[in-house]
Amino acid sequence: MNTPEFHPVCPLPITDYPHVLMAHGGGGKLMHHLLEQVFGRAFANPLLDTRHDSAQFAVPAGRLAMTTDSYVVRPLFFPGGDIGSMAVHGTVNDLAMSGARPLYLSTAFILEEGLPMATLWRIVCSLSAAAKACGVPIITGDTKVVDKGKGDGVFINTTGIGVIETPLVITPKNVQPGDVVLVNGDVGRHGMAIMATREGLQFESTIESDSAPVHELVQELLQAGIEIHCLRDLTRGGLASALNEIAEVSGYQTAIEQDAVPVQEEVHAACELLGLDPLHVACEGRFIAYVPPRDAARALAIMRGHPLGAQAAEIGRVGAAGSPPVTLKSALGSWRILDMFTGEQLPRIC
Amino acid sequence: MKYLDEYRDGPLAQQLAREIHRLTTRPWTIMEVCGGQTHAIVKFGIDELLPPAITLLHGPGCPVCVTSLELIDQALEIAARPEVIFTSFGDMLRVPGSTTDLLSVKARGGDVRMVYSPLDAVKLAQQNPQREVVFFGVGFETTAPATAMAVYSAAQHGLRNFFLLTSHVLVPPAITALMTSADSRVQAFLAAGHVCAVMGYEEYYPLVRQHQVPMVVTGFEPLDILQGILMVIQQLETGRAEVENQYTRAVRREGNLPAQSLLRRVFRVVSRKWRGMGEIPQSGLGLTEEFASFDAARKFGLADHQVEEPATCIAGLVLQGRKKPHECPAFGKECTPEHPLGATMVSSEGACAAYFRYRRSPLETTMPA
Repeated sequence: MNTPEFHPVCPLPITDYPHVLMAHGGGGKLMHHLLEQVFGRAFANPLLDTRHDSAQFAVPAGRLAMTTDSYVVRPLFFPGGDIGSMAVHGTVNDLAMSGARPLYLSTAFILEEGLPMATLWRIVCSLSAAAKACGVPIITGDTKVVDKGKGDGVFINTTGIGVIETPLVITPKNVQPGDVVLVNGDVGRHGMAIMATREGLQFESTIESDSAPVHELVQELLQAGIEIHCLRDLTRGGLASALNEIAEVSGYQTAIEQDAVPVQEEVHAACELLGLDPLHVACEGRFIAYVPPRDAARALAIMRGHPLGAQAAEIGRVGAAGSPPVTLKSALGSWRILDMFTGEQLPRIC
Repeated sequence: MKYLDEYRDGPLAQQLAREIHRLTTRPWTIMEVCGGQTHAIVKFGIDELLPPAITLLHGPGCPVCVTSLELIDQALEIAARPEVIFTSFGDMLRVPGSTTDLLSVKARGGDVRMVYSPLDAVKLAQQNPQREVVFFGVGFETTAPATAMAVYSAAQHGLRNFFLLTSHVLVPPAITALMTSADSRVQAFLAAGHVCAVMGYEEYYPLVRQHQVPMVVTGFEPLDILQGILMVIQQLETGRAEVENQYTRAVRREGNLPAQSLLRRVFRVVSRKWRGMGEIPQSGLGLTEEFASFDAARKFGLADHQVEEPATCIAGLVLQGRKKPHECPAFGKECTPEHPLGATMVSSEGACAAYFRYRRSPLETTMPA
């Protein structure tokens, strides 16, 4: 997603210091230099360039949505993305799940002493390119440095503000019996891309993360007049957690057909190997949409017509009030509970 | 996925189920030995496809579940030592000892790490010569060769900072213990395919002769299990008691001979206490004299303390197939995967965890119109 004006070559004359020092967070000249040469340069836009303690901007009419997320992924770079692009996609997607059009982002970096400047620059460039591709400027930020051994290279927090232009109120409370559940593509790729990189697993083709911003696809659905009741992006805990969270809030049971959930062959294989269930594995560019039956076919067609929805599928239906929250029809035709997993399945993936 | 989807084929499963229905004329009680089979049965709802006359009992084949509380307490004691890097498989980390678990020891500063292979622990020992690396070896004959290979490899590399805390156990002595208990209801066994992939199935012939129970070496996919059950029912209904092999794509009668020879070199057979079943003679693997210097119990001079199981937990009865998980008064109430009272609720192969995860109460669901 790199735009032409960015080259991941570190521009720093301050690379007199090839690694991040404690002084880069100390408030003095080195920090000033870092902000100006790295962040200021990569993120430049009129609001950021005022270089004030907070950014000032006019608020459009309508409802606003705000969200925040911290990114602590290891490894920092993985097939299909890195911590920088993910820090944009994750927050943009969280806004999109309210039907919001993202307006602005903030970024806060926590750097570990000793992080190579070239690594930082690569991440900052990727983050900047992702934000530009999403059309969302980064208008304020922060940087801190922690002692070596107290961080894991770099942690990033991003906060996003968006405007909700649809009159729909998209929340789990609006889910209704009979709603059709759609997913915009195959699940589990991000988590397995991270896992495969971390564990050195080799497959016939590399598993690439699905990290991507889905706000434009959501806007297309809204503009087509689809009456979306609820949206949820599938991050930690994967599809299973998203379905359970929504079912618990709405009070209605959801029934899912295992065979209807798209899973890439390699992801399936990797999951089998590691004893994981793809329905529990994180995604970063996938969401589920709850729509009334009359809109389902049209919503699915819109999704499939978008590059981030080519493999979209109808995976289940909302039923009556009750428990267990989510049930799954297995390949053999029998039903079972689809629960969230207990404890940690994949440490530090998003 | 090739070599997997074929074994989860819905219509073929229905066909096998129909054949089982056709042959079954009276009640039969079959035990699947392996926890992996238990999970597949509950996850895919295989028991729901069977005639009501067939009862599947879940056996003691979850190695994490049968590891004694005393041994887990010893592991916790070692893991808390500052000089130690303590390693084990992920499942083991959450199993409660009498007071805490390994993940809590980690949160308090213990260096506890999950590994995928015992050889990763050997690598850690090479990379950290100033630390003592301990691997908590858990499992049946299936995982024992990998542990043996780790110890052997540590010896080859001349490592003096790698140690094994062994909890490896053997299947045939457990089957003997089950069959000789007075109230055993088991009329046939699905033997664990992966154990047999290593050990072969020669050692089951005397068991079958002595106890007159059919024993079918069975795989782990839904069609494997259904076919295994069908072969068992064919034997039961015709009054036969034989050793048969359903899992021919992975298991040979003699097993994996190089793995067995490594096992014999590194391990000797010892008596072991099983959680929920008590002491079973000749049922565990300890290090041979040649490799005794890698024994963590010897290195850290552990005392063998006696601890009490929680009174309400019936994990022992579940492991022996005498109770089903949901017959426990604590199931799903005081005892959940988040707050397990017994190991059968913790391990991904434990019967209680399988029931809690996949069915909790009888499910009657259909896709809403």
